[in-house]
Amino acid sequence: MRLIDHRLLFVTGKGGVGKTTVSAALARCAAAEGKRVLVCEVDAKGSLATAFESGPVGFEPVEIEPGLHLMAMDTEASLREYLKLHLRIPLKGRIGPLANVFDFVATAAPGVKEILTVGKLAYEVRERHFDLVVVDAVASGHVVGQLSAPRAIGDLVKVGLIRTQADWMTGILADPAITAAVLVCTAEEMPVTETLELRDAISARTDVRVAAIVVNRVLPELFNRTEQALFDRFARPGAWQRTLVERHGPEALAVVEVAELATSLRRNSTAHLDRLRAEAGELPLLYLPFLFARGHGARAVHLLADALADELG
Amino acid sequence: MLRPRLDQLVAASDVLLVCGAGGVGKTTIAASVAAAAAAELDAKVLVLTVDPARRLATAMGLERFGNIETRVPDDAFRAAGVEPRGQLWAAMLDTKASWDDLVRRHAPDAAARDAILANPLYRNITATFTQSHDYIAMERLHELHASGRYDLIVVDTPPSRNAIDFLDAPARMAEFFSSRLLRWLIAPARSKLVNLASKPFYVVADRLLGASFLTDIAEFFLLFQSMYRGFVERAKAVERTLRDPRTSFVVVTTLEPVPAREATYFCEELAKRSLTLGALVFNRTLPAVLDDRSAKKLADRYRRHAATAAGELAEALDTATRARSGRSGFDPVAGAHVLGEIGQCFNDYGMLAARESELAVRLGRLAPRSVFVPHLDHDIGELADVLDVGRGLWGDEGLD
Repeated sequence: MRLIDHRLLFVTGKGGVGKTTVSAALARCAAAEGKRVLVCEVDAKGSLATAFESGPVGFEPVEIEPGLHLMAMDTEASLREYLKLHLRIPLKGRIGPLANVFDFVATAAPGVKEILTVGKLAYEVRERHFDLVVVDAVASGHVVGQLSAPRAIGDLVKVGLIRTQADWMTGILADPAITAAVLVCTAEEMPVTETLELRDAISARTDVRVAAIVVNRVLPELFNRTEQALFDRFARPGAWQRTLVERHGPEALAVVEVAELATSLRRNSTAHLDRLRAEAGELPLLYLPFLFARGHGARAVHLLADALADELG
Repeated sequence: MLRPRLDQLVAASDVLLVCGAGGVGKTTIAASVAAAAAAELDAKVLVLTVDPARRLATAMGLERFGNIETRVPDDAFRAAGVEPRGQLWAAMLDTKASWDDLVRRHAPDAAARDAILANPLYRNITATFTQSHDYIAMERLHELHASGRYDLIVVDTPPSRNAIDFLDAPARMAEFFSSRLLRWLIAPARSKLVNLASKPFYVVADRLLGASFLTDIAEFFLLFQSMYRGFVERAKAVERTLRDPRTSFVVVTTLEPVPAREATYFCEELAKRSLTLGALVFNRTLPAVLDDRSAKKLADRYRRHAATAAGELAEALDTATRARSGRSGFDPVAGAHVLGEIGQCFNDYGMLAARESELAVRLGRLAPRSVFVPHLDHDIGELADVLDVGRGLWGDEGLD
C-alpha cells in the first residue's frame, strides 16, 4: 500500500528535521493525483503557512490550490465544535468562562488537549470530508502522548461521552489501511537515534502503525571509488597538489577544501544512514535530496513533492 | 576589528541559558561553553543538560548519571591536551525525579507526600505534560544556583513546543496555584454538601468526563494545594534568578530560514521581558573561503570546462607521478569528472554560504555579539571535540 493511499498520516520526527516541509510535500504529491487533501499543523507555529507561502491559516480549512486545504489545530475551537455536535450545548461566539475551565481541565487531565486534536482529525476522516488528512504532528517527545490519547482516556475515564468517543477514534487510529505514522529523519546521530526510539515507542504504546521513514536532506555522493582516490591526491600535500596550485593558482586549494568538507559531511551521514538501514528492518525508507538551490518555501515543497512522487513510484 | 567571542560574557555571568530551536546543536554548544569555561577560568562550572546525544554524553562522562551532578575527570581534559584551570561538572535533567524531590520538599506531611507521589494523575502529569518539563528545568536551575555550589551554571534549555514556554513556566505555575479555578476544581472533594449539579461547569465537565474522573482530578488538586505556599514562593524565586543581571541568555541557531525565524522570535521575546540576551551563536557555519572571488571563478571554470581544466593538469601530473613513484598516472576522464564535481560542489555550497551571510547580518542586529562556530568535519566523539567547539567560542587566544 502506498503511503498516500492512507486516509490519515501523522508526520513526526525530531525537531528541525523538516517535518513541515515533508508534510507539505506529501500533501502536494497526493493532491497532484487528484485527491482531496487536508494538511493540518498541530503546534500552530505558522510553519505550514510559511512552507506553502500562503496567508495565515486558522481552524477553518482553506483551499490554497485545487484539492489542497490547510488548517491549524486549535483545541479550543475543536472543543467548541465538539460540544456543538455532540452535546447540543448552544454556544455563541467564544466559549467564555468555559474556555478557562477547559484550559484547566486540560491541564489537570493530560490527554484532553491531545484527544481534541486527534478527535478533530479522526472526525474529518470519518466524515469523509477529505481523501487524505496529513498531520504535521508534534515532535517525537510529544507525539506518543497524542497518538495514545484515545487509549489513555479510555483507561482513565470509564464512563461518559468522552469514553464513547475515545472508542471510535481508536478504531480509526488502529486500522492500518486508514492510519499510519511517517517518521521524518535526517542522516545525523540524534535524529536517527530518536527515530528508532520513536518507532519502538509508537509500536509499543499506541495503536498506530509506522508505515515509513522519510530521510530528508540527503547529501549527494560526489565521487565513486576511483574518483575519490584521485581527489584525495589533490587534497593531500604532495606532487599532485603542488601541480594543481602551479597550474590553477592557490584558489584551487580553496575549491578542494570545500569539496573535502562536502565529502566528509556526506561520509558522516552515510554512517548514520547505514545504522538507520540496519535497524529499520522491514520499514521502508524514502529519500529526499538536500536542496541547495532553495531550502525552504513553496519552491522547496514543489521540488520535494516531485522527488517523493518518484520515491513512491 | 576583534572577532566577537564569548569569554567576557562567560566570565561576567553566574548563569547562562542556552536556547534555540530543535536540531541546531544547542546541547553541544552548552557543553562547549561550559568546557571552555572550566578550562580557562579558575571556576567550578556545571552544565545542566536535558537530553544529550549518546556520544556527547560519553564524551562528558555522563552515561550512567541522572539527576546527580558528576565531575568530568581532569584526565579527560588532559587527554585532549588541556590542563583545566577550573572544574567541570555535568548533570542531566530527570523530570520525574526532580518533581518527586520537589513534592518531598513542599509536602506538609508524610501522608500528603505519599498520597501525591502515588496519585495516577500526578504520575501522568509529571511524565507527559510538556509544561512540567519547562517548569522543572527552571526550578532545578534555581535550586542549583541558590545552593552556591557553582561559580557558573550553563543550562541547555528543554526543547519546548514553543521556544519561550519555559520562561513563562514559573509565572504560569504561580498563577495556576493562586487561581480561582483551582478552588472550583477541588470543590467536589472538599464539600459533598454543595449541590454541584446546579453549576454549569460541573454539568459540562460531568457529561464530558464522567463524575468519578472529576473526583480523581479534584483529589489530586486538593493534595497539590497543600503545597501551594511553597510552590508560589518558589516560582517567584525562580523568576528572580532569570531576571538577575548575572543571568544571560545565549541563543543558538543555524543560519537556515526556519531556525533563524525561531531565533528572531526568541530574541524579541527576551527583549519584551527585559531579559538579558548575551550573544547569538551561529552554529555549523560554512567556511568564509566560499566568498572568495577567484576561487568562485575557478570553480565555475571547473564546472563548465572540466575537460579542458583536466587537460591542463594531465601532462604535468603524469610526469610528476611517474618520476616519483610507479603509481598510475592521471586519468583525464575521471579527472575531468572530479574537477567538474568539485566545481559544482563549490558553487552549491557557495549558494548556501551567501544565504547564511545574509541571515547572519539580519540576525546580528538583534544581539550585542554574534559568534560563528564552523561546521565540524566529524561528529562529537570525545571531550577534545567539545573543547574544539569551545575554542571557537572562546576567541582567538583560545585554549592552550
